[in-house]
Amino acid sequence: MNTKTLVSCKINDTDTDFLCEPRQSLLECLRDVLSLTGSKEGCNDGNCGACTVILDGRIVDSCLVLGVEAQGKQIITIEGIATAEGLHPLQQAFLEQAALQCGICTPGFIVAAKGLLDREPKADEHRIRHWLAGNLCRCTGYDKIVRAVLQAEEMQAKKK
Amino acid sequence: MTTTERPIAQNAAPYRVLGTRPLRHDGVDKVTGRAKYGVDASVPGMLYGAVLRSPHAHARILHIDTAAAEALPGVKGVVTAKDMGIYQRPLDYAQTMRNPRFIAEQMLASKKVVYKGQGVAAVAAASLHIAQEAAALIRVDYEPLPAVLSLDDAMQPNAPKVHDDLTTRVIAADHTRKQDSGTSSNVAGRLEMKRGDLAEGFRRAAFVAEAEFRTSRVHQGYIEPHNATAYWAPDGKITIWNSSQGAFTIREQVAEVLQVPESQVRIIPLEIGGGFGGKTTTYLDAVAALLSKKTGHPVKMLMTRREVFEATGPTPATLMRCKIGADKDGKLTAGYLFLAFDAGAFPGGAVGAGATTSFAPYKLDTVLVEGYDVVLNKPKVHSYRAPGSPQAAFAVESILDMLAAKLGLDPLELRRRNAAHEGDRLPNGVPLNSVGIDEVIAAMQKHPHYSAPLGGPNRGRGVSLGYWGNAGKHSSATLSLGADGKVSLVTGSVDIGGSRAALAMHAAEVLGLAAEDIVPAVGDTESVGMTDITGGSRTAMATGAAVYEAAQMIKREMIRRAALLWEVKPEDVSFDHGLFVNTRQPTDRLTFQQVAARAMSTGGPLTASASAFPKKIAPAICGNIVDVEVDPETGKVAVLRFTVVEDVGTAAHPSYVEGQMQGGTVQGIGWALSEEYCWNDSGAMLNPTFLDYRMPTSLDVPMIDTVMVHVPNPYHPFGVRGVGEVSIVPPLAALANAVSHAIGARMTSLPMSPAVVLQALAGKRA
Ligand code: FES
Ligand code: FES
Repeated sequence: MNTKTLVSCKINDTDTDFLCEPRQSLLECLRDVLSLTGSKEGCNDGNCGACTVILDGRIVDSCLVLGVEAQGKQIITIEGIATAEGLHPLQQAFLEQAALQCGICTPGFIVAAKGLLDREPKADEHRIRHWLAGNLCRCTGYDKIVRAVLQAEEMQAKKK
Repeated sequence: MTTTERPIAQNAAPYRVLGTRPLRHDGVDKVTGRAKYGVDASVPGMLYGAVLRSPHAHARILHIDTAAAEALPGVKGVVTAKDMGIYQRPLDYAQTMRNPRFIAEQMLASKKVVYKGQGVAAVAAASLHIAQEAAALIRVDYEPLPAVLSLDDAMQPNAPKVHDDLTTRVIAADHTRKQDSGTSSNVAGRLEMKRGDLAEGFRRAAFVAEAEFRTSRVHQGYIEPHNATAYWAPDGKITIWNSSQGAFTIREQVAEVLQVPESQVRIIPLEIGGGFGGKTTTYLDAVAALLSKKTGHPVKMLMTRREVFEATGPTPATLMRCKIGADKDGKLTAGYLFLAFDAGAFPGGAVGAGATTSFAPYKLDTVLVEGYDVVLNKPKVHSYRAPGSPQAAFAVESILDMLAAKLGLDPLELRRRNAAHEGDRLPNGVPLNSVGIDEVIAAMQKHPHYSAPLGGPNRGRGVSLGYWGNAGKHSSATLSLGADGKVSLVTGSVDIGGSRAALAMHAAEVLGLAAEDIVPAVGDTESVGMTDITGGSRTAMATGAAVYEAAQMIKREMIRRAALLWEVKPEDVSFDHGLFVNTRQPTDRLTFQQVAARAMSTGGPLTASASAFPKKIAPAICGNIVDVEVDPETGKVAVLRFTVVEDVGTAAHPSYVEGQMQGGTVQGIGWALSEEYCWNDSGAMLNPTFLDYRMPTSLDVPMIDTVMVHVPNPYHPFGVRGVGEVSIVPPLAALANAVSHAIGARMTSLPMSPAVVLQALAGKRA
């Protein structure tokens, strides 16, 4: 009991070591051990997407990943989306489109949408809705979120 | 699904700042994950708490044995009802709003449990996992009692009683409980709103439509679970970090439950991840405080999603009967509505609001509404966005649709002919206040959606109106001028959906500044005046009025300071668009920033506080046009196109107003099509996860087109009207009307899940 495991991984481009119990989820480790509270817990069973992170290039619900599974992995959380130059186009577009009300779902949506834009920079409305169907938002009705992702695509295309 | 152009409304109102769309002040924190929500609270040395909840829908608690839990390594303390001082006080069933005994019972049951999920004991331990393990080790001996689980059963005179000493009371027009029947019953309240001679009204009718309707319980579904972190210091001071819809309201409740003076409790509101009415009451705060007192440590508590479903209040399930008559010209002659609302295990289920709002959009001189507030062995219901109104509108607006068909009249035309106007009476006799019912109907009639072809088989179009009264209540605001000319704004209104921006815009408008020149913050219970909940669609309107007053005070003082600098009288100084002008010497000009920079030499810091309590409230009206397509094989309903028209008064920040319209609409879509509590026959919820409790995802809905109609609120300095709640009212009926037209059979039960629609199709064929 209570023996902890040392996990070494890269979080938001920073080499990170942390101790965790075998039963702790990656979400718990991020939030409670590493104080990266941007990833949220809405359900703890993979059905709301508020805890979405990028793990070795794929979006996952971090509540469904064990902390020990992060060993040797690269993880990007909402705290790693903006850079020293400023906000990511998705973040800027979410602000401009007023795509958040309470904002609790926003980190999950932005991380999930980044997962889409990184591989399909020209996704259309239907594809965006399909991709984001694992993220629940109870405030916005999704309209402005989808528009924000479309706007971010345009912003990215202009940058290139 | 198509992407339609967002209608960027012109700034229709004669304002500089209100009506524009600045970026919200708290936005960067929220898109970067840095904003601290209640669930993110962290205090040095804190423990974690967990609640043991009842497995029974109805049972007497015989004995609680906590020894095994206390013996588990890492456990620091256990509390039960014995630790709750409030149980020395008698239970008054007549108090349904914020009854501290009901609140306490939901936290830690005193003698018996009355629903599955009710709190029985709580544990604090070094980690959440240990606390949950320990809670499972608590042994409770129960004597199971017969449970009553449906509205129909509960209303039978010989039904098992949820509370032996509960009697039926008359619900007065102001929702208070009056005259007592004296006999034990599960019917906790009965109301009657009556005007005119009903029998005569129906005799005058050329056409009458009537039907019975049912709706299921649905949950507010906020994504952030309830949470509380509390520290009970050795000096008796209790500090609570949480997320709620109103720090002052929660403080009042916590103080009553703990039987301490309010001044002993400080609530620090962190960001809130959705509420929709469900976070206007407390479920954990006092328990966390008791665990802190017992252990000497701060204690953090967080509900699981299952607990949110099973232990907090969803909205009432209903049984309704409605009958409306019209003469041959389509004028309504009489309306009857029977409402039975399920309150859950304790009285108080929004039936009064349902009754009051039901016929509100229509001029009706002959009306009878009967309402019943019924207890049964399920979690106590709680407010959900325009509480009671969506259900009542589902019944009334469905019947109007049936009546229009009988009359051979366009359904919007029927509504237009009967639209209520200012001064017409609501069912409870209160005159209707200024609201744009005519304007909303006209905008719906001329909207291209209304005349567009449906474009395919198995499709239908539905319309509906929805009304909500909005709230006023108390608000406070404090403004402080900074040396660089920026103005800090502290209000007591927690920001659920962009209210910081809307409130800052009120100050900027008065002071001739940009929205970005105001720095808005949400105060705790010790840093700002008493402010009621963010709820009742009141925040932008009522707290906005307080901000307006405080800004006027700052403006007057700035004028005085400028006059001092010029050595003239304040009357000689004009102020426009942030510029002070000496009217005796018009080349003497000072900017807002210049006067601010001289504040310390002209009399010192400038601060102003004001409170508002709007006495007259402008209500809200909303209309829907919706197209659906029904799959005849599976019964699945696809929403093809949705148009929302709402009288929003002056839209303070139009983007967030549209957001309220869209969000409430999609909640209404979920209520109508996919959301419901499913139960087994011993009162356990079968679907307490987001997998099985189906809230709409991005894939289930189209873009939601919004049309803002602007009839300014005459009781607010800028015409701002409550906008948040009403959008959830019309979708239930609008979708039921659309599905009914698509399949050619009347839908009377929600949700219209595939199974229900298939059944209706089968019934039609038979
Ligand atoms: S918290 Fe992980 S999906 Fe909901
Ligand atoms: S903004 Fe509140 S849940 Fe999405």
